[in-house]
Amino acid sequence: MRVVGRVLRMGDHVDTDVIIPGRYLRTADPASLATHVFEPLGLDPADLAGRIIVAGRNFGCGSSREQAPLALKSAGVGCIVAESFARIFFRNAINVGLPAVECVRAGSADDGDELLVDLRAGRIENRTRGWVSAFEPYPDFVMEILEAGGLINRYRRGRDG
Amino acid sequence: MPTMAEEVLAAKAGREVVPGEFISVEPDWCLLHDGGFLAFRYLEEMSAGVARPGRVVVAFDHICPANSPETAGLQDYVREMVGRYGIENFFDCGCGICHQVMAEEFARPGDVIIGGDSHTLTAGALGAFAAGMGASDMAVLLATGEVWLKVPESIKVTVEGEPGAGVFPKDLALSIIAQLGPDGANYRAVEFHGSTVMDMDIPGRMTLCNMAAEMGAKTAMVPPDGRTAAFTGQRGVELTRRSPDRDAEYLEEMAFEPPSSPMVAVPHRVDDARSVEEVEGTEVDQVFIGSCTNGRLEDLEAAEGVIRGREVRARTLVAPASRRVLLEAAEAGLIASLARAGCVILPPGCGPCLGQHQGVLGEGETAFSTSSRNFRGRQGSPEAGIYLGSPATAAATAVEGRIADPRRYL
Ligand code: SF4
Repeated sequence: MRVVGRVLRMGDHVDTDVIIPGRYLRTADPASLATHVFEPLGLDPADLAGRIIVAGRNFGCGSSREQAPLALKSAGVGCIVAESFARIFFRNAINVGLPAVECVRAGSADDGDELLVDLRAGRIENRTRGWVSAFEPYPDFVMEILEAGGLINRYRRGRDG
Repeated sequence: MPTMAEEVLAAKAGREVVPGEFISVEPDWCLLHDGGFLAFRYLEEMSAGVARPGRVVVAFDHICPANSPETAGLQDYVREMVGRYGIENFFDCGCGICHQVMAEEFARPGDVIIGGDSHTLTAGALGAFAAGMGASDMAVLLATGEVWLKVPESIKVTVEGEPGAGVFPKDLALSIIAQLGPDGANYRAVEFHGSTVMDMDIPGRMTLCNMAAEMGAKTAMVPPDGRTAAFTGQRGVELTRRSPDRDAEYLEEMAFEPPSSPMVAVPHRVDDARSVEEVEGTEVDQVFIGSCTNGRLEDLEAAEGVIRGREVRARTLVAPASRRVLLEAAEAGLIASLARAGCVILPPGCGPCLGQHQGVLGEGETAFSTSSRNFRGRQGSPEAGIYLGSPATAAATAVEGRIADPRRYL
């Protein structure tokens, strides 16, 4: 599974309240969630399509709202690469089928750089700057969830197959 | 010797466990609130039933009573699911915050509790392994009765020292978070030890464990003792385990002292906590006393002790954490005293903590809150600022209309 996209740089401790404010949680509709992504930061959700977010430490800290990774995914974010993730966000991201990768080297990517993230190989290539970096690939069961498009799909497949 | 988290998980797994390994366990309790509609929707998409309905607890707290037709519709949907799946432990509007209900009615030492909310770890104050997860995980847990976990590494936090006047468990929590950072315990189980912790009553320990979420902890636990037994006693719970000073293998051991002054977290970071002297005098529009962090009887008592006989200058909202808290506070005369001082009494529940109803902040407003988070936009406008502190500091602030040192009122 490979993801290609242009980098959107963010800082440390990006919390779930800025990803999707609480007042928009009364829906599970991914399309309507996507229109409010990063609203408190004043970012245009249309600018998220095809992006790979590259962030610092503790991305997704705060609430357990699964709508946070769901909103990012539905806005078209292909992958999040961060120095570290808050644990519930990490689990939720995998569960909605949004790859979340921990990689320290990612910090040396700039806004707009083109990245290729190879999830199975555990490899990030910065095509703009020409560097390659490795990360610890996921265990098989996590890869299966991502490839199924999320935990719920994985459960259905597991049961039907 | 295993750590507390390892011991509880090993008992559930039926074998020894080591940090880093993946295990599957059957939690004692699966906790959901009104935001649980997403988990139920997934459950329907999965065409699955609820494996162990007797082990599911649902308490409506977040936007209760409903603030819009959509919210009302989602809550009706959850009520319908609760009925369909035979979930008897259902607490509708007004019963209290799910974490408070869990602690008052269900949690016991040694339990594994998985909840669809990041502050599920509050029940660790009773010696349970309690952790929050998202909707998909909750749906699969409902369907199968099981959940996979990575056994966390543990951090031992020992606190020794007598807190001075005006320094409460919330102040200690803010001081620890300021030192550890908002990811200082990410993925870890935090064990709280030391005389300061063991001298705290259960509500204080709940505040401490609750705030461990703001250091990223997966779970936070306090060794059960006589106070735990007294608190859970009415449930006929027996205490089996643990002396607090056993020899376990921790990833890290840290020692803290209570801060010398009341602490206040300034916008927009929980770990940006300062002593009250540094922020005293900051004008405040709204004060909120409540939440799963600080909405218990002892919190209302501390606040009322400051406010009694005075008039509040800031708009002051008080939400008891549960109906039990409301009733006890009413019987003790606290509710009347707070209302007489000009406070707005809200129904048991989350109140304005999550910025959706019952006191949403406008642009440019400043709030002082006893809740756990002051992230940008948390209680309304992204252009509002939220300060966090203890109920006593909140009460002093309410009285003066600006951030105030509670020690002048004690
Ligand atoms: S009181 Fe606030 S932090 Fe606690 S469960 Fe409710 S919304 Fe979450």
